[in-house]
Amino acid sequence: MSELCFFMDHSRCIGCQSCVQACAECDTHRGVSLIHLETIERRDSVQTAPQVCMHCEEPICAAVCPADAIKKTPDGVVQSSLKPRCIGCSNCVLSCPFGVPKYTAEIDQMMKCDMCYDRSSTGKKPMCATVCPSGALIFTTMEEIQRTRRGIPINSWKFGNEEVQTKVYVMVPREVTRVDVELAQLAATPASLAEDPYDVALMLEEVR
Amino acid sequence: MAKLPIDVTALITKFGPTLHHVPPGGWAHTGEDEKLVKTHCCFCGQQCGIQLWVRANKVVGFEPWEDFPFNRGKLCPKGVKRYLQDEHPDRLKTPLQRVEGKGFEPVTWEAALDRTVAEIQRIRQTYGNDAVGIFGGASLTNEKAYLVGKFARVALKTSNVDYNGRLCMVSAAAASKKVLGIDRSANPWSDIAKAAVILVAGSNIAECAPITTDYLWQARERGGKLIVLDPRLTPIARNADLFIPVRPGGDIGVFNGMLHLMIERGWIDRRFIAEHTTGFEQVEEAVRKYTPEYAAKIAGVPPEMIIKAAEIWGPAPTSFVLHARGIEHHTKGVDNCVAAIQLAVATGRIGREGCGYAMITGQGNGQGGREQGQKADQLPGCRDINNPEHRRYIAGVWGIDEKEMPSAGLSMPRMIEAAYEGRIKGLITICNNPVVSLPDANYVRAALEKLEFYVNIDFFLSETARYADIVLAGSLMEEDEGTTTSVEGRVIRHRKAVEPPADARADWRIICDLARRLGQGDKFNYASPRDIFEEIRVASKGGVADYSGMTWERLEENYGLFWPCPSPDHPGTPRLYENGKFGHPDGKAHFLPIEWRPSAEMPDDEYPIVLTTGRVVSQFLSGTQTRRIGALVDQYPQPRCEMHPRLAEKLGVADGDFVKVESRRGAVVVRAQVVKTIRPDTVFVPYHWPLDRSANNMTIRAYDPVSQIPEYKVSAVRVCKVDPPSDPIALLEVQAGGVR
Repeated sequence: MSELCFFMDHSRCIGCQSCVQACAECDTHRGVSLIHLETIERRDSVQTAPQVCMHCEEPICAAVCPADAIKKTPDGVVQSSLKPRCIGCSNCVLSCPFGVPKYTAEIDQMMKCDMCYDRSSTGKKPMCATVCPSGALIFTTMEEIQRTRRGIPINSWKFGNEEVQTKVYVMVPREVTRVDVELAQLAATPASLAEDPYDVALMLEEVR
Repeated sequence: MAKLPIDVTALITKFGPTLHHVPPGGWAHTGEDEKLVKTHCCFCGQQCGIQLWVRANKVVGFEPWEDFPFNRGKLCPKGVKRYLQDEHPDRLKTPLQRVEGKGFEPVTWEAALDRTVAEIQRIRQTYGNDAVGIFGGASLTNEKAYLVGKFARVALKTSNVDYNGRLCMVSAAAASKKVLGIDRSANPWSDIAKAAVILVAGSNIAECAPITTDYLWQARERGGKLIVLDPRLTPIARNADLFIPVRPGGDIGVFNGMLHLMIERGWIDRRFIAEHTTGFEQVEEAVRKYTPEYAAKIAGVPPEMIIKAAEIWGPAPTSFVLHARGIEHHTKGVDNCVAAIQLAVATGRIGREGCGYAMITGQGNGQGGREQGQKADQLPGCRDINNPEHRRYIAGVWGIDEKEMPSAGLSMPRMIEAAYEGRIKGLITICNNPVVSLPDANYVRAALEKLEFYVNIDFFLSETARYADIVLAGSLMEEDEGTTTSVEGRVIRHRKAVEPPADARADWRIICDLARRLGQGDKFNYASPRDIFEEIRVASKGGVADYSGMTWERLEENYGLFWPCPSPDHPGTPRLYENGKFGHPDGKAHFLPIEWRPSAEMPDDEYPIVLTTGRVVSQFLSGTQTRRIGALVDQYPQPRCEMHPRLAEKLGVADGDFVKVESRRGAVVVRAQVVKTIRPDTVFVPYHWPLDRSANNMTIRAYDPVSQIPEYKVSAVRVCKVDPPSDPIALLEVQAGGVR
């Protein structure tokens, strides 16, 4: 059987927080949820977006860690900081282009998604990608995802001038090969999007 | 005297709801001496497969069950955290009796049962058998639901038995029976994923049936189109091909408007209609006036939306209709469903792969709960209590004379009215929290206070149980075994994970104990729930919902079986109405002309805004269980009033402000949530909370004439900004009815 991979499809997310609740049931950090579920702008829309650790091939968080506390396993999973080494400096928090690591003051340590390493290293699926009701998070084979989804999985990113390859894939429209994020772009709404596309009052006025 | 024995805040201090955050033994999972029990979620009608971790008779966690075909390991947040209802500090572990001025005090089972039976007998002798009513619930297993119906008719000898499916599935059930002849979703869920167009009417699937979301998205991956009708832009509507923000109560405008255009443009299957249906001429006549402009006025949306809906739906090769409470909770709930179902029948797109119709069952055993005879007008097997042949058959199974069998009794809301008016004097409820769930909550509380005797069977002291004279400590789903029937009509096995704690008792034993004391022990002589299931097999044999070919072993081996399953070698029936064969005696579907009519209470100058109520994903129904689970309460702690920025501006309200939402019947004070995703003429308040946070303080006691479902989806209200409340109720914890 082919290797199981982690895929995220933001268009499917319904914001139910099953992933958040289930993350806290994973044995390596039971009681603490490490996945992020962002509510984009509730006033304007119901859009939400989950964010797991993308497990970069060359993890920036580990590269900038002055204490060498962040390790990647041979199978490519970037772990939470090692407790004896972590000095709580938050370099990793600031450097991650996906905003994944979070510093927890109570334990003076950075913790983040480890793809449920206790589960995924023994053939089980990560909690979030098992329970996700909408299929926004899914842990399956590349063949299965290509067979069942319209979009395509990509794992190439460009943040300004920095190129990043990740172990985790995101589903994008077929014409996209890499996600490019420019600073100028962050503040602006793409011209292709209608203004306030989810304002019900505007919908009711439409074509009148 | 069913009044509160002491102040409500004192009751809450002792019995909760309090929050349970950490599993027994802490977060560390030892894995030692633990076993995994394959069972199902106790909450909604999706009935997802789940495995519970059990250590030393305690539920300590969960593990997804990926082999169960319906959900393949998927769970919503309620399913993930359901295990925290076990080992809960609020758990009732002994029977209680009301003591005036003191609250509730433990009492022996002997004393509690003797007192209950003595009061029942006194009320029966003084006022007649029908002065005692009983409410069952649709979260009960089939076995318990069957027992409630039999207990009412055989032991209590009352006609007044009904259940809280009355607040949930009855409009869909009646419509399905009227048009198609059978009260069940017509297709297995796998057909949804194969449809080229899906019409979702009045269902916030992402929050109320989250697992169904993946079936919608599977269809979209294959190029399928999605049409969503809802006054709010829900998470599934965000990615719909067409979202129709219909006015609450305006759905018939969309359905009839679509059919009008489909007839005009030749997008109906005349041959199918001629061969397999009756009554289409009258429907054709009825929808003639529903031009897009006329229909749009009723629906409260631009006519172009209705035209586009017809253009997507009409010519599609395959299609699926899904509906839920959004169109069912109306005084025209049955008509709404009939009009929706007829869109499937008129195109002949039903009874085959990727073509059909389903109602989205709300409660855990919403489907099975109404088949086993706890519904006012039904006997087991979906039989009709007023049909002489059906009465004779069930009387035979029960070993009573047919003449002793009571006739159809009052529906649950009518029984509350009868209590208010003094015609019902004694009440038994199990799995039911009408103080939170019924409309016009102030009236419901007043009605309960008028009862001479009230006994409540439950595992927590719910808001309604506070009014009881006797509380009998019953069992959680995982403390007993049995079966339920899921949203698909799939009968599945619930396995026992743990024993009821301390002196709590399995529900079926409690009912049998009461029956014995009422002198009917020989007819309730069961050794286990399996004995009850074996009797259901006999009682349902030859009925519409025929379980006679099912055994618990077959259910386990096959991940459940779909009814009808009339013989031990029958594979079950995942899809109904194949080859145009419908459930009526003539084998045809029956079209009914549907005319829109206004809701019972339309907005006016005094109360100019429409209130519609519903659910959030992290809470379940009246919240007896989910308002006690810490992580779920944290996710959405207190009800908020959703309103559009244009309305908020008119009212001078900012996001997070406290507002008073007030109808002619009552009010809540809650925080405002200002969002563009709702119609500007409508506000939404979810209903899971009690007391001054109960959306049902405002809702109206108006019912569908056929199904008797309350009109939860339309009440006229006014809204104004108020200061943050600081009264004793507001100061309670949020799960108890306070505010943050």
